[in-house]
Amino acid sequence: MTRDIAEDVPNLAESKLTALVVDDNFVNQSIHHKLLDRLGIQNDVVCNGKEAVDVHCSGRNYDFILMDMDMPVMNGIQATKTLREMGIECKIAGVTTRADEGEKKEFMEAGLNDFQEKPLTISKLLSILHKLNFYVQT
Amino acid sequence: MLGLGVDRLQADINRLLTSLFHQGVLDEQFLQLQQLQDDTSPTFVYDVINIYFDESDKLLRNLRLSLMDREFSDYKKIGLHLNQLVGSSSSIGARRVRNLCVAFRSASELNNRPGCLRGLEVVEHEYHYLKNMMHELFHLEQQRLLAAGVRYPM
Repeated sequence: MTRDIAEDVPNLAESKLTALVVDDNFVNQSIHHKLLDRLGIQNDVVCNGKEAVDVHCSGRNYDFILMDMDMPVMNGIQATKTLREMGIECKIAGVTTRADEGEKKEFMEAGLNDFQEKPLTISKLLSILHKLNFYVQT
Repeated sequence: MLGLGVDRLQADINRLLTSLFHQGVLDEQFLQLQQLQDDTSPTFVYDVINIYFDESDKLLRNLRLSLMDREFSDYKKIGLHLNQLVGSSSSIGARRVRNLCVAFRSASELNNRPGCLRGLEVVEHEYHYLKNMMHELFHLEQQRLLAAGVRYPM
């Protein structure tokens, strides 16, 4: 049931990028974690915006964050605002299954660097990395 | 003889997948999952699909319990459960389940209880069909791996 796309997927391990996946959905956590692994990007996973804030309060830093919008405890909009207020300047890409223009605008204005609709794929993730200046698409 | 068994099973797998794509049960996002499976995670598709079924079983159970409650009025909670189902169904490529959940969600946004009950029945029916098809697919895959002499814990 596998297809070998090793030749098509760039390996960014040399760039030593690190990422934080923030998503309350276990299916999406698994997929996003694996997508990043596949690109050679070390990553951690947390379940909501508060955990994302807490992990930064503990001193951890990442090159970028994949932030879901709708989450319990603290949603992506509030978490993004809080991280920016804390002085966290890393790139944050918002990801969500559904967002009308108003919600997207509110999410972007919270402090995002990019926004992408789920489900994430390798090409969408590469697009995010390109937009965040971590990867040059050829 | 072993080679013929593996080939026959692979043909059965391909036929089943083609049928599921043709029916619209699965979409290209399922191919994305397959593409992520590799030597470091040889059971990735199986693992993710099982997470999906574990989570979705709970969500559907909660939806049924809520809607069958005579005092039910919490449409927001229904909406939150459905957002989860739409999201995870979309992520694994379960197109028909996803689309039916979107329709169900529309009924919940209108506080339409009969619509929600109908929506739930339709989603449950489609979800169980998907589950049966995925179990069949994994069974064939397991048979294929056994025939090819590969051992993975499944």
